[in-house]
Amino acid sequence: MMLEDLSHSILDIAENAVNAEATKIVIEIAEKLDENKITLIVSDNGKGMDEDLLSRVSDPFVTSRKTRRVGLGIPFLRQAAEGCGGFFEIRSSPGKGTSVMASFCTDHIDCPPMGDLAATLITLLLGWPDKRWIFRYKINGRQFELDSDEIVKVLGDRESLRSCEVAAWLKGWIDENLSILRLGGSDQYAQDKKS
Amino acid sequence: MPKIRNLEDLRKVKESAKDLTAARSGGRTHIIVGMGTCGIAAGAREVMTAILAELEKRGIKDVAVETTGCIGMCQFEPLVDVIRPGEPRITYGNVSPEDVPRIVAEHLINGNVVADKVIGRTD
Repeated sequence: MMLEDLSHSILDIAENAVNAEATKIVIEIAEKLDENKITLIVSDNGKGMDEDLLSRVSDPFVTSRKTRRVGLGIPFLRQAAEGCGGFFEIRSSPGKGTSVMASFCTDHIDCPPMGDLAATLITLLLGWPDKRWIFRYKINGRQFELDSDEIVKVLGDRESLRSCEVAAWLKGWIDENLSILRLGGSDQYAQDKKS
Repeated sequence: MPKIRNLEDLRKVKESAKDLTAARSGGRTHIIVGMGTCGIAAGAREVMTAILAELEKRGIKDVAVETTGCIGMCQFEPLVDVIRPGEPRITYGNVSPEDVPRIVAEHLINGNVVADKVIGRTD
């Protein structure tokens, strides 16, 4: 895989959604610890792809972009998923949107690390404050959810997502919530902080 | 036990940053980071995180940080454009997080272009 880790792939795939004129993008990660499995789904309500483009989209030399003719984001993710015993799938319908699914076996030696998810999320929020971003991270049934509309409601306006104080606070907030989730809920987290 | 942050606390953060909006009317500096696949693969996200951290550290509030897609100069990624009001747009190429403090201090604060990283200038 040529992108360092999953968080970089997520950034890239989410950007495909933006380029497809989506207004709402949902990023969902589900981790099943006992099955050593992570599933990633990025779905959008963008313009979608017809069957012809869809069938060619995993090919590194296909893109609908005009500035550079080589598209690499989807092949990277596909390679990463299939390279560690997971699966990869894209579903799309013109006018409705696209959904990219990938799964990873975390006990496989080639499974890419998750990387800095908070950095990816603030990059998306700051880069496209006018989109609605929903991010969910589930571990064994518990979950953390971020909805950019809720953040905008607190802020009062979308442009404030571009303020560096706001971005820095959000990064800390996301990091904290993901650690709480990984440690097994807020009670466990509080205890660990105390000791 | 430390208080776990609540999303509502963000309101206060925004209040303290509100001179951002006040400064906007006078024209402010824009920093644009290339965030296409090529940029991401070259480390653009890390550069952007470094820019946010440096601006926060120095308390610089009249700057808008934005991203853009691939502009066809993939070999020079990560690309960072700095546009100060009334000045030419400067494009820096092959920017690393280590270059960020220098660009912020020299260009944003002192107004001197960091010549050795420049790959383009648009008047």
